[in-house]
Amino acid sequence: MLCKRVIPCLDVRDGKLTKGVRFKGNVDIGDPVESARRYYEEGADEIVFYDITASHERRGIMLKVVEKVASQIFIPFSVGGGIGSVEDMRQVLLAGAEKVSVNSAAVKNPQIISEGAEAFGSQCIVVGMDVLWVGKSKLIPSGYEIVIHGGRKRMGIDALWWAREVERLGAGEICLNSIDADGTKDGYELRLTRMIAENVRIPVIASGGAGHPRHMVEAVTEGKASAALIASIVHFGEYSIYELKKYMYERGVPVRMSW
Amino acid sequence: MIVIIDYFAGNLTSVKRGLDYLKIPCEITSDKTRIKKSMGIIFPGVGAAGSAMRNLREQGLDDVLKEEVERGKPLLGICLGCQIVLDYSEENNTPCLGLIPGRCVRFSEGLEDEWGKRINIPHMGWNQVNIIKKNPLFQGVPQDSNFYFVHSYYPSPEDAFVLGKTRYGIEFCSVMGRDGLWALQFHPEKSGRIGLTILKNFYNYCKEV
Repeated sequence: MLCKRVIPCLDVRDGKLTKGVRFKGNVDIGDPVESARRYYEEGADEIVFYDITASHERRGIMLKVVEKVASQIFIPFSVGGGIGSVEDMRQVLLAGAEKVSVNSAAVKNPQIISEGAEAFGSQCIVVGMDVLWVGKSKLIPSGYEIVIHGGRKRMGIDALWWAREVERLGAGEICLNSIDADGTKDGYELRLTRMIAENVRIPVIASGGAGHPRHMVEAVTEGKASAALIASIVHFGEYSIYELKKYMYERGVPVRMSW
Repeated sequence: MIVIIDYFAGNLTSVKRGLDYLKIPCEITSDKTRIKKSMGIIFPGVGAAGSAMRNLREQGLDDVLKEEVERGKPLLGICLGCQIVLDYSEENNTPCLGLIPGRCVRFSEGLEDEWGKRINIPHMGWNQVNIIKKNPLFQGVPQDSNFYFVHSYYPSPEDAFVLGKTRYGIEFCSVMGRDGLWALQFHPEKSGRIGLTILKNFYNYCKEV
């Protein structure tokens, strides 16, 4: 039986692990390689790195991080943030990542999805979607709109339409982030998650809103997601990955419990 | 020295990183002399069967692999490298190496999982391997351990070669072979410590023979 995956997400800026804290901007909270290794040892099924380095010149630092991670942890991991071309993808994959994730770049230039899938295989290409509830309208029939730049820019694209479109273009997976739920710790946006998961045949990773292991169970049952992305809930030591998985396992969710 | 066969079939470095971590001497090569001199061969691969077989033939590596296996050199196929040790693959209708009798077939579209939901293809993620025949490769690996899979086709060898099975819509063969010749549909190099155990076991076997 295919397991539901638990995926910690690490934001990296200039080679350091960072976390957005409301009203305070981003604070550095440690070394991404160390954290990745700890999560690996605690039973993470996969790891997502998101490079939020602002300046282009410093992006080489991220590749060094990717290489270090790849030589120490032996589960799949993906890298996103600032990937704008097939060449960017190639560099990250050669450095040892299993998958790359594209978000804004795919909205602006959907061709990058098919080019990436053609060059490296669909299984390598994750499309990140940032989604905002705007209410149903003629332009946005599902009521969920695609936004970019961390939710600051609305794109006038319906999220359900976009999900089907990225699948058609060859995406291997969708990482679905609800801007409304993100950072609330009130749980994932289940209605959105379920709507997307029921309408595509590629795995959907639920993202945004996890504050309690209960939310993760909801994401993969009610929400029908294949995986649950988490951040704050583990970064600040509230729970270990093992505790989260044990909670899920005890509630009947198929998860990988020994490694 | 363990050789990892280089035949332009996807990312080979992840297997090398696993072996490096385990401090197992290894190199990525397509050089026939190096392959012949090695104590064991790892045959990985990501991509499509058609182009993989074409690359192997163009480099004359198909014959080298067959000869080495005939001479008793241990070989471990991984993922695509697992599929093309069979006689034939449905992917691009490709005649393959024929080291293990059988075919490689595609998951049918209509298959359903345990909850009656249509399965996604590719089969991607962590799934259990049920070992039905004890073998040196799985020494120290608990029954029904999870391994990382990414594939749309699966091996279907003759029954005598089935060593382990996995359930995804149907029950398929995820580990096959005989002593000294093994093929894994999953990625041991991406399956955590338990996956690395398999690579270590393969190396230990190579040292002994």
